[in-house]
Amino acid sequence: MNDVTAAAAAALPAYRPKLSFAWVGVVPFVAFAFLFLILPTLQIVTGAFRNPAGEFTLANVANLFQPSILSAYWISIRISVASAFLGCVVGFLLAWAIVLGGLPSWVRSPILTFSGVASNFAGVPLAFAFLSTFGRLGLVTLVLRDWFGINIYAYGFNILSFGGLTLTYLFFQIPLMVLIVTPALDGMRREWREAASILGASGFQYWRMVALPILWPTLLGTFALLFANAFGAVATAYALTGSSLSIVPILLFAQIRGDVLQDPHLGYALAFGMIVVTGIANFIYIWLRTRSERWIK
Amino acid sequence: MSDPFLSIRQVRKAFGPTVVVQEFNLDVRQGEFVSFLGPSGCGKTTMLRIVAGFEEPSAGTVNIGGRDVTALKPNQRNIGMVFQAYALFPNMTVAGNIGFGLKVAGKPAAEIRSRVAEMLELIKLQEFGSRYPYQLSGGQQQRVALARAMAARPQVLLLDEPLSALDAKVRVSLREEIRAIQKELGITTIFVTHDQEEALSMSDRIVVMYNGRAEQVGTPFEIYNRPATRFVAGFVGTLNVIEGRVTDPAAGTVSIAGGAVSVGNRLAGRKAGEAVSLALRPEAIALGRREGRDGLVTGTIREVSFLGSVIRVRVAVGEALLSLDTFNSPASPPPVAGETADISFSSSDMLILDR
Amino acid sequence: MKQNRFWSWIFLAIGVLYFLLPLIGTFEFSLKMRRGVYSLDAYEAVIFDPRFQATFGYSVMMALATIVVGVLLVVPTAYWVRLRLPSWRPVLEFVTLLPLVIPPIVIVFGYIRLYNTSSWLPLTGTAMGTNILLMFGYVVLSLPYMYRAIDTGLRAIDVGTLTEAAQSLGAGWITIMWRVILPNVFVAVLSGAFLTFAIVIGEFVLAALLNRPAFGPYLQLIGANRAYEPAALAVIAFAITWGCMALIQVVSRFAPRPPAQPH
Repeated sequence: MNDVTAAAAAALPAYRPKLSFAWVGVVPFVAFAFLFLILPTLQIVTGAFRNPAGEFTLANVANLFQPSILSAYWISIRISVASAFLGCVVGFLLAWAIVLGGLPSWVRSPILTFSGVASNFAGVPLAFAFLSTFGRLGLVTLVLRDWFGINIYAYGFNILSFGGLTLTYLFFQIPLMVLIVTPALDGMRREWREAASILGASGFQYWRMVALPILWPTLLGTFALLFANAFGAVATAYALTGSSLSIVPILLFAQIRGDVLQDPHLGYALAFGMIVVTGIANFIYIWLRTRSERWIK
Repeated sequence: MSDPFLSIRQVRKAFGPTVVVQEFNLDVRQGEFVSFLGPSGCGKTTMLRIVAGFEEPSAGTVNIGGRDVTALKPNQRNIGMVFQAYALFPNMTVAGNIGFGLKVAGKPAAEIRSRVAEMLELIKLQEFGSRYPYQLSGGQQQRVALARAMAARPQVLLLDEPLSALDAKVRVSLREEIRAIQKELGITTIFVTHDQEEALSMSDRIVVMYNGRAEQVGTPFEIYNRPATRFVAGFVGTLNVIEGRVTDPAAGTVSIAGGAVSVGNRLAGRKAGEAVSLALRPEAIALGRREGRDGLVTGTIREVSFLGSVIRVRVAVGEALLSLDTFNSPASPPPVAGETADISFSSSDMLILDR
Repeated sequence: MKQNRFWSWIFLAIGVLYFLLPLIGTFEFSLKMRRGVYSLDAYEAVIFDPRFQATFGYSVMMALATIVVGVLLVVPTAYWVRLRLPSWRPVLEFVTLLPLVIPPIVIVFGYIRLYNTSSWLPLTGTAMGTNILLMFGYVVLSLPYMYRAIDTGLRAIDVGTLTEAAQSLGAGWITIMWRVILPNVFVAVLSGAFLTFAIVIGEFVLAALLNRPAFGPYLQLIGANRAYEPAALAVIAFAITWGCMALIQVVSRFAPRPPAQPH
């Protein structure tokens, strides 16, 4: 090493790795998330496995398997499946109509905007809206009775029921489906349709062999998302059917309010069960979404 | 043409008030490779899509193999098509894509398998059968698209700017491959492109299109050396345009800024004093006097670019700026800007452009 | 594709019918308070009800507080992670998606168990404490939307270069946040704010279980006891939601576009 480089080396300070304090910047957020999101959830999860004495137990979870609670889960699952399935089908058809259905271009934007509004219009006002429309003195009920002579209540329809709640849930399930599926349908390139056609495929064959296979991760994933959405919904059900329809969120609500189950730790187990169900459904949604994104680049 | 295989007659296409294709006529022989060449918006892709069946012509007919296919849907025409954006089905493997046409036609699985293997060998991607499109490069995807289009033995092959989305190097190697495969299979082909080099190097004949009209139909040699219209002359290759005035239509003399030229008897029908546009390809012009060349004008050198083996010179002749290339000569220094220079050419190489 | 278009119109018509009927029905019902005549009596009764004014005012205050706290929490964090801790981004995104996975009723259950009078942070012991707890709950609920809006806004501006420019001109962190970053993501913040507003105004579960006099529980109470006023309230609630969404659309027109990338 000649004189010049030696002098240069002596002039530079010895290299020391710098301690990064950058993580300090996220402390407020981390503290907030921990205190108000993670810790409460952990509290519930651990509480589900603890008895009043504080020891670990599986008794609470086991207690979930009593008939009244199992039937609550069953009703919840049925409503969530029904509203998710119908939401998927109707939402898909609607999204197809505005994206690929050959409608004039000015139709698409208002429908998407409205979907944005409607997907957020859940809860108590939504229940009122459907009561005012399909209740015993509701507009549709009266119109059907006075103009068409069809008395839907005589046929056994009742807005304050499983069917009525499903119908109400569709008001935010369908728009959510439209909002999620529309970008997926946008990604269906016109050339695929044309390539399939020139290779001899009919419209039906195209959908069966190309389009649906490409779309099914999105469709199934969104079904899972809609399922989770319906499963966790409280306010609409409470305002519409009150305590008469024992779905799990209502049961939990009543339990928190007034310990109707006479066992606070059973409440924990109920909540834990809800987390498990919505967690699995959301996991399926995210897994399928990443899968479909890999194909369509 | 005796018994053309593909025949396009009087096809016209209008979208509302806009006419996109006007009175298009073309006869294509069996096994011929024809290019539709033109700038964007000239109607070449629309014309291709009419042949494919994706657009309905406002007037005219398309005949393939003696059959009128104008009313047939795309999936009934037995045509293969390669798209600019490859359009491979992302949910199927390479083998699945290639075999798609055969599967739709209900062919037995064994036949599909052997045909797919055949096609994979043709495009030299034998090991790629079980890969998915997203795992392939652009060039590979386009080769698979080509194989897919040809697997079901179509009567006609249509290619819609298939090389535009690829890198330059891949473009050159793939176009040679496409031409070789096309020749081997002998399939009638229409190739749409805006790249004149592609069209010139690959085609048996070229249709140059502009504003929905077929400006000229001819072999690459004809299109380049005997352009029928000003647009064709300017679009294909570089062109030096010189404006002049007719002095004597009978003798064929034209006066231009740097002197006078004689174009023989090609001025029939023109009047004395009429303005006329003459054009020369750069390779037809030489710097300095040359023997055997009857055309000579004088101009001033404006720009000299030394590119190594080639020296690019731009000479102002009157108002025109002529571009020519001359080879480097180690013995003599390159020309200098500002010098006057003689430009020599053969008057028979001179093109006369219509208005 | 003419046959396609026929079915498209049919599906569209069915969809529009399903969504318009309840809105029309609610509106029509809300006008029927006075026997035999269409009138705005229900709306009058609602707006002049002191409980409406009190609970609506309470929820509006809550919404504003939620928005402020949310912005103060999310904007610096999103900015910091983008600037200095890019590897933390997936963690941040995961955390902001949790409120969509964990049902709100479970979260509020956790609050009650965790922060009751016998815990180390007895928030539910006082009215103000419970208000604060409720507000934090609302921040959690709005977190996914706030974060997504702000992250989109930050992506559209070159955060790194702006920061360096400001620093080279002598600005400290507070100045950078307040004068450089916040004004440039203002539009995104507004979008998140309107969405938060819509969410908080109508929220029921948290407010009901924490026993606070918010608009949501008031709505439910009216619904249980009255006939026509709930319909008027539903119309008002829908109008507010629609208004918030419309404002988001309007405001989004002014969002800065991502800078062109040099090649």
